[in-house]
Amino acid sequence: MGRYVIRRLLQMIPVFIGSTFLIFFMVYALGDPVAALFGDKAPDPATAARIRKDLYLDQPLWKQYLHYMGQIFQGDFGTAFNGQPVTELMASAFPVTLRLTLVAIVIEVIVGITLGVISGLRRGRTVDTTVLVLTLVVISVPTFVTGYLLQFLFGVKWGWVRPTVSGEVAFGELILPGIVLALVSLAYVTRLSRTSIAENVKADYVRTAVAKGLPRRRVITRHLLRNSLIPVVTFIGTDIGALMGGAIVTERIFNIHGVGYQLYQGILRNNSPTVVGFVTILVIVFLLANLLVDLLYAVLDPRIRYA
Amino acid sequence: MRGATHAKWAACAVAVALAATACGGGGSDGGGGESGIVSSSWGDPQNPLEPANTNEVQGGKVLDMIFRGLKRYDPKTGAAVNMVAEKIDTTDSQNFTVTLKDGWKFSNDEPVTAQSFVDAWNYGADVRNKQNNSPFFSDIVGYENLHPASGEPKTKTMSGLVVKDAKTFTVALKSKFSTWPETLGYQAFSPLPKAFFTDHAGWLSKPIGNGPYTVDSYTKGTAMNLRKWDGYTGEDKAQNGGVDLRVYTDNNTAYTDLISGNLDLVDDIPAQQLKNVANDLGDRYINQPALIIQTLTFPLYDPQWGKEGMEKVRRGISMAINRDEITKQIFRDTRTPAKDWTSPALGEDGGFNATLCGDACVFNPTEAKKLIQEAGGLPGGKMTLTSNVDTGSHRDWMDAVCNSVNNALGEGPVCTVNPVGTFADFRNQQSAFKLTGPFRSGWQADYPLIQNFLEPLYYTGASSNYGKFSNPEFDKLVDQANQESDTAKATATFQDAEKILAEQMPAIPLWYQNGSAGHSERISDVALNQFSVPVYNAIKVS
Repeated sequence: MGRYVIRRLLQMIPVFIGSTFLIFFMVYALGDPVAALFGDKAPDPATAARIRKDLYLDQPLWKQYLHYMGQIFQGDFGTAFNGQPVTELMASAFPVTLRLTLVAIVIEVIVGITLGVISGLRRGRTVDTTVLVLTLVVISVPTFVTGYLLQFLFGVKWGWVRPTVSGEVAFGELILPGIVLALVSLAYVTRLSRTSIAENVKADYVRTAVAKGLPRRRVITRHLLRNSLIPVVTFIGTDIGALMGGAIVTERIFNIHGVGYQLYQGILRNNSPTVVGFVTILVIVFLLANLLVDLLYAVLDPRIRYA
Repeated sequence: MRGATHAKWAACAVAVALAATACGGGGSDGGGGESGIVSSSWGDPQNPLEPANTNEVQGGKVLDMIFRGLKRYDPKTGAAVNMVAEKIDTTDSQNFTVTLKDGWKFSNDEPVTAQSFVDAWNYGADVRNKQNNSPFFSDIVGYENLHPASGEPKTKTMSGLVVKDAKTFTVALKSKFSTWPETLGYQAFSPLPKAFFTDHAGWLSKPIGNGPYTVDSYTKGTAMNLRKWDGYTGEDKAQNGGVDLRVYTDNNTAYTDLISGNLDLVDDIPAQQLKNVANDLGDRYINQPALIIQTLTFPLYDPQWGKEGMEKVRRGISMAINRDEITKQIFRDTRTPAKDWTSPALGEDGGFNATLCGDACVFNPTEAKKLIQEAGGLPGGKMTLTSNVDTGSHRDWMDAVCNSVNNALGEGPVCTVNPVGTFADFRNQQSAFKLTGPFRSGWQADYPLIQNFLEPLYYTGASSNYGKFSNPEFDKLVDQANQESDTAKATATFQDAEKILAEQMPAIPLWYQNGSAGHSERISDVALNQFSVPVYNAIKVS
């Protein structure tokens, strides 16, 4: 187990370097960001040259990348154009998005798995069909549509909640955006757990458990659910990263100043330190979530061993 | 009876507690409190908030609240009126003596002196400080020493600025510039307190100025809370208790908040909402001209477009564009079809003239086709329009312009659109002179002067002359106008120069961009100034 974890952690290094280089290269390919700093006016050449020098933009790409990586290992992620260190932006953005992700994941897990279990156990009946149709609808409607729609209904028309999230980002305010963010993944979780449950319900060990006279509740939670969760856990694990990076739309709609917002601004302004810095952290989140998922397999199914 | 007393006491306690928390949240000033505060939409300023480094609307909004310079542009007329300046004297339009009024101070009680201006201007001009607005100081003698084209500057001051006493300083310009005092309303010329230089980081996190508001709290990227400054001695005192600026990631969201009563003021109505705005807001919707014009500039550095005789084609293309239709359909009248190269916000006296472009700006497809065919048709038989498409419905109007041109010429799809993903990328292509077809060029004036609409854009070698237009006659007239000390005559000479643009058509005037805003029923007296920034200090809260 220990050796497995170490091996996995070592494997992360090339993935990390490769992905940061790709992102760096892509942002670089967008072009020189300095001209845009001056708005409609022509950049003053001397000032622009100094800004380029300060941002290391006057060097060839590979040198810029090496310089940037050197900085990162010293914990310095560079400076955004508004003069704020990127680490400061991260410190304000990641907790916000983390909170939003947490709300979304909780909704996803509780609602998704419950619905999945219910429809899986009643395969082919009305409940099952209804859930399948509903999830299909949810999957096919883009997030911005559900986002604006729910915001309009709950926030503007009925006035139940504030349509936007305030600067404090309290958990209560995040429920509606959390639902919007979770909705698509929730549908997948439901469908995955439904299929898995429907398959396993006919398995020998379930029949044995029932034959032993165990209560139905215990059969479902301890035996059926535990074995059916592996594909679901895989999905949720990768979803953590996807939700954190993919919250751009939701964050825009509800005016949440999280990772999505900073990334959007960074891309719009060609601000490579912001974009690469944030994506780097997201890559790490992805990698760790994947590792966590793999380790969870062993908890769910003791037959899985790591060496 | 006993129970009733208890209930009464409890009610009183709750009332006191509520009042106490309300006071706690309401800011420190006695007059306003949360009830007198205006909440307004905001965007994250692009650069750190320093007067000489702010060149866009969002940062400018804050500077307009916390700073007052020598002059200020009257929000209604655009005329430059004295604020901190008592008088600005000159005998030769080149050497100026600035005298300050008594009684002005910064919100940290430091008096505003001649030194406050000279230090601020030297800081702004110094290339080491990388200020975007440095070129605004380039008319002053000694600018090159502080802002050399390459290498390190040798000094820290410009020799053209001399402090005579606490209230007086002199400015020597490199050449005659009669309207120079009028430019001093621009925010880059704001004075700075000593704290700016001694604790720069501290100042940036909580700017200190001499305007009607002070910064109460500033959370970068999220919000800035400004409060009325009771010590302000200027005439334009704040009529409200303060302004809370909230950063919105999307102007649609801000609009939603306005409609549902969470926000008082939105100064940028999203294009998608323009069809609902009359219904939603009624007379609380403001749509008025600003100092912004959008043009389609030709790459005259490209021999195909720049060669002799092509002005006919350029005029023809201008006549093929149905401006009325596009501004109505796509922009819902938040743009006004352009009739010259300035802006109606200048006013007739300021140099705006609706007849200057003449027939060339009137939609006339038959004449357009005739003109273009006479001159030998489009270069290579086709043309491409280029603009960034990340904001401003640029994609939509470019498609519409191309349709207009294609219909007029009737030769099939000869006009196509080249959409560029980001503003930054577009700016790079534009400033590298790589474009081979007409491209969008937006211009927001820094000060309400006709000079600012012509010289930076069309003077030979001027900084924002992206089409590389060059015409000796035009240059001569601009120089003449700058030396003319009589304002009316200077304006007339600028208009003579503008007539050359009408003949040569180096850039097609498309439309003037309006400022559009909406506000809640809570506030009144809302207006936009010529820069489409709300005049915050005049807003009243009911």
